[in-house]
Order: sequence, then structure tokens, then C-alpha cells
Amino acid sequence: MKLPILRNDEISDSVFLLAVQRRHDFKPGQTVKIGLDDGLPPRIYSICSGNRDEELQILYNIKGDGALTPKLAKLKPGGSVWMSEPGGSFIGTSDPAVWIATGTGIAPFYSMLRSGLAGNKILLHGVRRADQFYFSKEWQTALNTDYHRFCSGEVVDGTTHGHVNLFLEQRELPADRKYYLCGQATMCVEVRDLLIAKGIPFGNIVVEIYF
Amino acid sequence: MKPALFGKTLAELTDLAAGLGLPKFTGKQLADWLYCKDVDTIADMSNLSKNARELLEEHYCFGLHAPAKVQTSSDGTKKYLFETATENFIETAMIPFKERHTVCVSSQVGCKMGCLFCMTGKQGFQGQLSAGDIVNQIRSIPERHEVTNIVYMGMGEPFDNLDEVLKSIEILTAEWGFAMSPRRITVSSIGITPGLVRFLNESEAHLAISMHTPFHDERQQLMPVQIAYPLDEVIDVIRQWDFSGQRRVSFEYIVFHGLNDTARHVKELSRMLAGIRCRINLIRFHPVPGTPLRATDEVTLQWFKDELNNKGILTTIRASRGQDIYAACGLLSTKALADKATR
Repeated sequence: MKLPILRNDEISDSVFLLAVQRRHDFKPGQTVKIGLDDGLPPRIYSICSGNRDEELQILYNIKGDGALTPKLAKLKPGGSVWMSEPGGSFIGTSDPAVWIATGTGIAPFYSMLRSGLAGNKILLHGVRRADQFYFSKEWQTALNTDYHRFCSGEVVDGTTHGHVNLFLEQRELPADRKYYLCGQATMCVEVRDLLIAKGIPFGNIVVEIYF
Repeated sequence: MKPALFGKTLAELTDLAAGLGLPKFTGKQLADWLYCKDVDTIADMSNLSKNARELLEEHYCFGLHAPAKVQTSSDGTKKYLFETATENFIETAMIPFKERHTVCVSSQVGCKMGCLFCMTGKQGFQGQLSAGDIVNQIRSIPERHEVTNIVYMGMGEPFDNLDEVLKSIEILTAEWGFAMSPRRITVSSIGITPGLVRFLNESEAHLAISMHTPFHDERQQLMPVQIAYPLDEVIDVIRQWDFSGQRRVSFEYIVFHGLNDTARHVKELSRMLAGIRCRINLIRFHPVPGTPLRATDEVTLQWFKDELNNKGILTTIRASRGQDIYAACGLLSTKALADKATR
């Protein structure tokens, strides 16, 4: 379906939040495929808005060698994108869980937050720069002390300098809850290995890699 | 560093020759020297004029890279380690079996797919290989003249680097290239659906899909790709394709103890693959460090094979080769990376 763009704002360096009108129901954590009129295959992006919000948002960063995002970033309100119906099985529930994200991998968790699933959750968000803690005010309000920020590239007040692994290595981790991981492959694989080494059954680890 | 001639298609060679002001037929001559003759320098291209060779050497290199290391197994399997331009490592296996000599090539440096059972995934993704890098893994091993089959089952996900993989297949199968039959080439993928469609349309090589379980929830735990490109979609694409001729589709199935080796799996595989002319290759699991998965026992493996065959699905057990030389893909290059870090 071709949809007009409502907003396409650069919210931090090379990271954009694109909004269109929501046309379908979806489960928080799901994805859509996005394409342009250039004949290239569509790419998959996590929905970054609540399942009752009027707008459907996508959080994306410009990949220098990417086929889609450099073009997507140039689009203005009034332009349009092709968007599929929602799909995917990285789906949040109301059960207690640990959410672990790097960079724009925060998107599906923000959808879960906006959809009322933030109760009993712990969020670990790892980034390189301080301006990449997207939606931090809302996270702070919703999760308070269960919102943990990790910045690897600079020292920032109120955050831990380093990677999310630091937290996981130092804590007792409950084995009976789900661990949702979303982000780049290296983080997902390292954190999954770490969780398994700490006794978390691999069946309790749900991984979405940004390919 | 100068760009490489090796790995360019005939069309690209013709264009670059024209760009240097050389005759149009130089492209065909270059392809002949690069892919059909046993030379490895531009200076050896003796039917080109001296001026043409000088021009080419000024702007290009030949582009072959010898393996940095080789290990030989007691069963004759060899594992080659190639160092990439980015100082990482890729692996290539040469597997002799009776009259057949199969080369298993890598398509990426590392991998982004993060499969739970895979050592390469633990390295992360470090970069794409060019078509030249891929074909070099065949051209630069001593057994190059004995190669009968090529499988894209080494490091990386071929459909995540499809442009270069298709180009490499073109070089391997074109009359101006290695002139191999596409029926001697198998590309193995975890099933990225858009890439799958394009591969089926744009090549004639055989297809192998890494399945490992027919159930969504289990596959999602083993292979994160299942979230984005579920197996059902992959099967739908395959079902629409005609595999009744010489082109084959097979499903790779690593058998894990207690996870995917039950009667329930036989029943679902039988339902899922009904009507598709295919084969299942059962693979013994050779554990990688830190894995929570275990290999199934030989009795169960044989039972699982027999049950699938009884259901009418041609099923074989792949022979494990090179177990004494880090044969599981990713082990050797990970060790090389670790050694390098230590130095």
C-alpha cells in the first residue's frame, strides 16, 4: 500500500522518525516492509509506535552503503512510501521480561511501551553517543529504576560507560522470564551467549537481528 | 590498492578495456587469460600488446590471493584459510570423495544471521566478499583442476550478498569463464525470501535451504531469521517453482538431541514438504564452544532418516568430514582471529 508521509524528522545525527497514518492493526513488536518506487526489494523495519496510536512510526538510521535509507531520509511530508501489512513474530506480552536493545533496536520496545506492555519490564539500552537514547524521558517515567542506559562512546551522567554486557555479567538473572534482544548481530549473539552461560534456557531468549 | 581484474564479468572487462582505449575484443582476451588459462600476472597475457599490458598494469592488478594456511584431515579434506583485504579471515574447504572433489566456499566475512548453532555467527559480520574473492577460493587452491562441484556453504549467508554471489556463479558457469555446469553448483541459504526469488530467477544452480526444524517457535530459537522471513514463506516460494527437471532443492537439517529429532518432526516435515520434489540432508551436529545444543545419537539419527524415507521424502545422512581440522565452519577463522589478537 502506498502511504503519504506525515513526518520524517531527523531526531539525532542520521537517525530519522518517519510517520504515516496507521492503516492496520498490529501486535507490538511487529515489523513492516518499506519500499520506494525504485524497483528495489523492500526492507524490513520494526514499528516504533503504539498499536492504538493513529500514526505508525518507523525509526531508522541512514546506512552509508544502504540502498533504501539514504533515499528515505530525503523524503519530505507529502511524499510517499510503499508499506506492507504488519508481520513478524517478535511480539511483546504483559509477562515479566527483560528488554535489551542497542541503537535503533529500541523501536519494537517503544512500540510495546506505547501499547501498555511496560509493566514488570527491565530495559537495557546500549548506544554509542548520548543523543541516541531515544525516547529517554518516556522510558524514565514508565520504568524509573528499571531503565538502564549504557553509552560506549562517551561518559554521560546518569548512564553507565560501556556495553549492556556489564549489567548482565554483574547481576543475578532470573531464568524463568523472557529476554528479548533487538539490534545488531554482534550484540545479539554476544548477549545471547552470555545469557546462556548464566543459565538462561535458550528457549527464553527471543532475538531480532537487524540484518 | 589497484582494483582487481579477476572477478569481473566479460561485460565489465569489455567496458574497462574500452575505457583504456583498447580494442573491443580485449575483453574476451582478458576473460580467457583470467578464467581459462593458468597464469597469474598481467605480464603473462602474451597475446595482448605490450602497450595494452602496460596500461592494464598501470590501472589494475590481476587479483589472485593464495591461501595463508592449509590444514589437512586424515580423511583427505583440506581446510584453507584466506586472509582478506581487511585483515580478517575466510575459510574454504576442499572435500574429496571418490571421483568427486567439492569445494565449499565462503560468501561473506563473518555473518549477521546469528544462528544459535553456528561458529561463524559468533565472529559477527565483518564484510562482504566480492565475486573475485569468492571465485579466488576455487582458482587459488592447488586442487583447482580437480574441482567437480562447488557448494556455497562456507562462512556467510549467500543471499545477504546476492549481487556478488550471482556474479561469481556467472563467472563459474559462462562459456567465457570456467564453463562449469550450474548443476555442479549448490547455494545454501537460511531463506531470505526476496533473495530466494531473485536467485531462482537469475541462476540455474541448485538450492539448499537450512531448515533444521519445521516448527516456527523452535526455528525462531535456533535462527533469528525466522522472525523476519518465516519458513512458511520460503516453502511457498519453493512450491511455486518447478523442480521437476534437473534443478534440485534440498533441505539441510542439523539433528539436535531432543529438540528436532522426534516423530512430531517427521510428521510435520512430511506435511510441509508434501508435493515438493526434494531431498533432506541430515547433518550431525558438531558442538561449537558455549552451545546449549547437543548432537543426537546415531540410533536416533538412523531412525529419523528411515522414518522420513518411509514417508516418501528422500533423506540422506551427510558424512562428517575433516573432524580433526576444525571442519565446522568458522572454527578455524575464529582461531586465526584470536591468535592474531593475542599477537
